[in-house]
Amino acid sequence: MEKDWEKLAFEGLAFFGRMSASVSHEIKNVMAVINENAGLVEDLALLADRGAALDPERLKRTAAAIQKQIRRGDGIVKNMNAFAHSVDEPVRRVSLDETLGLMVALSQRFAATRCVTLSAGEPAGVSVVTNPYFLENCIHLCLAFALDSAGSGKAITAVAESEEDGGRIRFSGIEAPTGPFPSQTALEVARAIDARLEFNQTGKTLVIILPAKIQG
Amino acid sequence: MAEKVLLVDDETDFLDALSQRMEARGMNVSTSSNAAEALKRVQDETFDAIVLDLQMPGMDGLEALKMIKKENPELQIILLTGHATVEKGIEAMKLGAMDFVEKPSDIETLTEKIKKAQAKKMVLVEKRTEEKMKEILANKAW
Repeated sequence: MEKDWEKLAFEGLAFFGRMSASVSHEIKNVMAVINENAGLVEDLALLADRGAALDPERLKRTAAAIQKQIRRGDGIVKNMNAFAHSVDEPVRRVSLDETLGLMVALSQRFAATRCVTLSAGEPAGVSVVTNPYFLENCIHLCLAFALDSAGSGKAITAVAESEEDGGRIRFSGIEAPTGPFPSQTALEVARAIDARLEFNQTGKTLVIILPAKIQG
Repeated sequence: MAEKVLLVDDETDFLDALSQRMEARGMNVSTSSNAAEALKRVQDETFDAIVLDLQMPGMDGLEALKMIKKENPELQIILLTGHATVEKGIEAMKLGAMDFVEKPSDIETLTEKIKKAQAKKMVLVEKRTEEKMKEILANKAW
């Protein structure tokens, strides 16, 4: 079937925007914690100037809190960097485990705002030749539907599996679908990577079925 | 009089550090890590100001703002956000937020806004008491 590149370009850019907005929000939160802890050190220094005794344990706790946020921020930026590099080559061999792991990590905030626990299953060692960016976009659209349909306090698990001629990604825990799936956008994005989307309402699962190699 | 403040944010490390700094500035600070817990606290206690994060798991800040204002119209709410968009700001003000602060925030600016919130709340409470007194005086057969 024909690929609608105009629609794909629009959705591709919108996807990049959504991910960038989410990541920048997380970075702002990291900076806010660092800012308050740095301010706390400043407050303690001002008190020490006025003769108050400095509590080394309090300083250690504050330094540890800053270091924790630096690690968190580093992880967020590393993920964003890996995501940004997924447009480097239009088609290449892609590890489904790594791509899924990246999307699960980048989607944690979406999951948290919906009070849903999101995790990736055991690695399956599957790889396919595809367009990495539209594969991520496809995973994102499936994750968004799954997270909206899970219900508060529930869990969504995503796992990569091998197929006879390719691979697949299965999302389970879709308790109460918010509407029909796939949407027109999800179909269009799946078509861009020659993938099929199968939603099993009874089994509460959604599957992306990928060929071993994308067609031209 | 020490300002009584409720800080609401799902980032517990943020709550921890900011509450210590506010206490060092003479404020009486309570914390909640989610909006539902904050709503319960507001029912049981009174506060001069609530500093509320806009984006939290479950119920977000705007939803919480609406519910708090419905129950306690005189409560002064300052919204905290990672991204202060004009649309969100307007929406928050329409819903009755007193002010908007972008993260990372400056403690002195936040302190100033909390002091303003306390003063505004006192005026509103005094006005309400005066109205009640007038009502009693008008209806009571002495």
